[in-house]
Amino acid sequence: MAISFPTPRRLGYRFNLVGIVSAFVVLAWALIAIFAAWLTPYGPGEVVDFDYFGPISSQFWLGSDYLGRDILSRIIIGTRYTVGISLAAVLIACFTGVVLGMTAAVIGGWFDTILSRFLDALTSIPSKLFGLVVVAGIGSSIPVLIGVLAVIYTPGAYRFARALSVNINTMEYVTVARARGERTLYLIRHEILPNITGPVLADMGLRFVFIVLLLSGLSFLGLGVQPPNSDWGSLVRENIGALSFGAPAVIMPSIAIATLTISVNLLIDNLPVKIRDRSE
Amino acid sequence: MNSQIRSLILARLGIAVITLIIVSFIVFAATEMLPGDIAQILLGQAATPEAVAGLREAMGLNDPAFLRFLRWMGGLLQGDLGKSYANNMQVADLIGGRLANTLQLAAVTALFSVPVALFLGITTAMYQGSIYDRAVNFMVIGVISVPEFMIATLAVLVFAVWLQWLPALSFANDVKSFWELLRAYAMPVITLSFVISAQMIRMTRAAVISTLGAPYVEMALLKGASRPRMVLRHALPNAVGPIVNAVALSLSYLLGGVIIVETVFNYPGIAKLMVDAVATRDLPLIQTCAMIFCLGYLILITLADIIAILSNPRLRK
Amino acid sequence: MSNLVEIRDLRIGARTDSGREVEIIKGVSLDVAQGEIVALIGESGSGKTTIALSLMGHARPGCYFAGGSVTVAGRNMTALRESERAKLRGTDVAYIPQSAAAAFNPAIRLIDQVIEVAKIHNLMPLAEARVKAVELFRALALPDPDTIGERYPHQVSGGQLQRLSAAMALIGGPKLVIFDEPTTALDVTTQIEVLRAFKSVMKAGGMGGVYVSHDLAVVAQIADRIVVLRGGEVQEEGTTAAILDNAQHPYTRDLLAAFHPVTHAAVALAESATPIPPALEVRGIFAGYGPIDADGLPLKQVLKDVSCKLEKGRNLGVIGESGCGKSTLARVIAGLVPPAKGQILLNGKEMAGDLKKRSKEELRRLQIVFQLADTALNPSTPIGEILGRPLTFYHGMKGATRDARVAELLDMVHLPKTMRHRLPSELSGGQKQRVNLARGLAANPEVILCDEITSALDAVVVAAVIELLKELQRELQLSYVFISHDLATVQAICDDVIVMNGGVNVETLPAADIMARAEHPYTRLLLASVPKLDPAWLDSLADDPAFERAGRSSLLAQV
Repeated sequence: MAISFPTPRRLGYRFNLVGIVSAFVVLAWALIAIFAAWLTPYGPGEVVDFDYFGPISSQFWLGSDYLGRDILSRIIIGTRYTVGISLAAVLIACFTGVVLGMTAAVIGGWFDTILSRFLDALTSIPSKLFGLVVVAGIGSSIPVLIGVLAVIYTPGAYRFARALSVNINTMEYVTVARARGERTLYLIRHEILPNITGPVLADMGLRFVFIVLLLSGLSFLGLGVQPPNSDWGSLVRENIGALSFGAPAVIMPSIAIATLTISVNLLIDNLPVKIRDRSE
Repeated sequence: MNSQIRSLILARLGIAVITLIIVSFIVFAATEMLPGDIAQILLGQAATPEAVAGLREAMGLNDPAFLRFLRWMGGLLQGDLGKSYANNMQVADLIGGRLANTLQLAAVTALFSVPVALFLGITTAMYQGSIYDRAVNFMVIGVISVPEFMIATLAVLVFAVWLQWLPALSFANDVKSFWELLRAYAMPVITLSFVISAQMIRMTRAAVISTLGAPYVEMALLKGASRPRMVLRHALPNAVGPIVNAVALSLSYLLGGVIIVETVFNYPGIAKLMVDAVATRDLPLIQTCAMIFCLGYLILITLADIIAILSNPRLRK
Repeated sequence: MSNLVEIRDLRIGARTDSGREVEIIKGVSLDVAQGEIVALIGESGSGKTTIALSLMGHARPGCYFAGGSVTVAGRNMTALRESERAKLRGTDVAYIPQSAAAAFNPAIRLIDQVIEVAKIHNLMPLAEARVKAVELFRALALPDPDTIGERYPHQVSGGQLQRLSAAMALIGGPKLVIFDEPTTALDVTTQIEVLRAFKSVMKAGGMGGVYVSHDLAVVAQIADRIVVLRGGEVQEEGTTAAILDNAQHPYTRDLLAAFHPVTHAAVALAESATPIPPALEVRGIFAGYGPIDADGLPLKQVLKDVSCKLEKGRNLGVIGESGCGKSTLARVIAGLVPPAKGQILLNGKEMAGDLKKRSKEELRRLQIVFQLADTALNPSTPIGEILGRPLTFYHGMKGATRDARVAELLDMVHLPKTMRHRLPSELSGGQKQRVNLARGLAANPEVILCDEITSALDAVVVAAVIELLKELQRELQLSYVFISHDLATVQAICDDVIVMNGGVNVETLPAADIMARAEHPYTRLLLASVPKLDPAWLDSLADDPAFERAGRSSLLAQV
């Protein structure tokens, strides 16, 4: 079930069906996050249903929550928090991690040793625990959440980028550039970076999934996004009382999380493959 | 044991100790970021400034942070975990029984999930690309991609709400028979097992598959070896290092998983204690719980690395 | 059926990433009689290993049998089920891999791997298999035959592993043995021992063999017949004597010609009133890795008191086996590995040992070109940018001036101008090595260090690269330091040669009459070990004084 897209350049790309479907789901969530304000049928804070934990109906497509608010509207607005916070955190984490990782690999020596030791120590604090401790310390707000999530996932990004860069660093073209007299900045920018971008982007996707899961977990514990705002994790927390009836209010936000994270994972496993035809 | 192995292991233990020191520093620093005056919070808004100043002095809060860090570390080393702010009990007493509960939960989960996960990981690698492999893989990605609380709620929905086999959110405090014990543990163990097995299956499979690409495995094929023999006799002994690492990492994931699971199922373990301590901002309790978790992680990872060193055939004499 | 092997119109296909099918073996037919050894000769990509593996009914992942038949001892390997093929592997047909170091499982004792065939196929009791294995070890002239099996693969040398892999192949008493370039990864002095061992056991066992190699001289020693392959097709076939003395096909002749390189005509030293300082001089270099001890020397010494001199316009060859320190010497000269002691002089002026302390001008005048063009060119950078960077870096060139110079450089190494838009992965091995060279030239250097630049290339391509190097030297007044393990290539381009062994420069000789002037026993051994096209060469070595066993072992003890 592979589809080949002929691209303007001579090289084609092969993108399989699973990859295409996941890409569509990810894209859809991105668009929902951007245009959330125009998509909600009701105000996310408005109490619109007389009943609480209402079932799926033509009026409320995904039912209503413990106060009688529309779940669909709350999920749509929640997308902004879940996707937005996670995206900001993953960008900061990967940028910091990759820059430090490449620098450590190229410079080596004590700089590398101390940085690696310190960041390794940071990874030995379980991520949820770290979030718990910091949020307990300084309280929860969106900038704090982004900062904590970024700090938690920087060591992983660093380790990954460093391992790749160390491999590239042993390549003879880096040695040639070094023998030419090139400075560290040039080596990082021109010799290392272009050769690690692919894997780094895939790693960023995986890290994004971890961050979404951790953010949802923190919100579920009541330590994430605080009321009146809510992301998908806090929606589950708010409506956990509906669990014993199996009402949509608790199931739908969970499904939202699952569709996003499963799609990103599947997309990374099924990225378009560049067709290398080496017949000649 | 030859000297090379011994020095490698000693170096690894040294690194573990250094890491533990850095970790304790980070934990201390993170909890010290708490805004507001602890003495003020403890005494409440009605307290006079003099009383607050007195308590600050008594608690040593006026000393520089580094001095307090050393004092705290010194206390930890002597087994003095400090007193809880919330109820003035010794932290050691609060933790004791709870820690045993959590360790029990972790042990039962590990005993159950490690063999299952290793079996699935190795067999999917053996029959890579088969329908069996793809089905397991699909489930693994599904489990990895969802938060633990979702697996927990799903378990409740299925086993308590629909099938009504097991008690829902409450954890039975008066366990009378083995059967009840089993029922009480079932839900948390199922949830945790799912979470850590998925990671373990994926990493074990990857480790075995990457070893299967080695030239000595092709050589085994050319000697007439069967597929199971290639995997079990030739690939597996060389994948011990990565597999042990995968097991340790997954088990360390238990530490994070229990935080959610103990909360959801109201299980009286150390993670639940810590989440409650966070709510009351009980610093000594939070610090101690955090150190216990980090120590657990470090022990697991260090052990895995030592096993990897011991299993490296190139270091054998 | 009289023949042991009958391959008829064999076609093997491969599927590319885009799902397109290509035929990599295009209708090959050949026979191997009982007890006969047939050599498959060809360069990389000629399909020789693919054919050899098809004799075991094995196609590497991505390849499949598209047609024809491979009959071994009366059974068509391509038509059998996988479980039936598995029964024949190790018992009827056995395989000796190119790199025994990779083909032995590092986690299992050698003896258990050697007798595994007996265990898998239930051929004999394990105790009997062990006895047989020890007999084979003895026949293969392995040291300590009774106990060597108890070791792990990392505890024995490369040459010993290669002989152990022969024992592993012979334990099941196969009718056919496949040798897949079994000596290519070995040094020449080790290669001889292994070849001798192979030849004696094959002669004694009366088995048939298929010997895959790219080296005609090696094959001449062991094969009865030679099949020349190119592009998945048979080019020529004949007895060893016929191919060597009376080759018909032009490609075979090219291969043979590569063995008789034109020896470089030494450039006479220019007579001048004022003495010209040497282009490059190295005096008393000590270098290595690890912590520095009290005498200022590193713990693990790679170079010990090495000195050499490269006169202007002449070429200096550095020759030696793996681990002799020749590549480290190049890195020390380039400033990549600062020496612990000693001086490096460029045009009579001393340079700092560490390249970070060298001036841009010093760096420009000395360029280094590496062995593997695959890893020497950044895969994500177009050729134009690879060549343009040194122009900007050393000469400050930009825009159209730079483009014009890039075009000139490409022209100099005989590549089309349009190539500057391509990525390295779109070039062939020879083309990459030309770009690699052009990048060195972009600096306008005076001295170029060539580190094994022809070692990864096919024999026919090597000749062209050597020709190019000579041409550039005439035009640009360059001097080369040419590092290689291959005596023939060094002789083809160098005026002087230094021979290295164990980090020491054992002898400096004029390239032209190196054979006559060599005095040091190691040099003599090295020279005598280079295989010759004469089929009687290997057997004649027994009388060669350079190979007196005592002399050889004492030499190896020094290493």
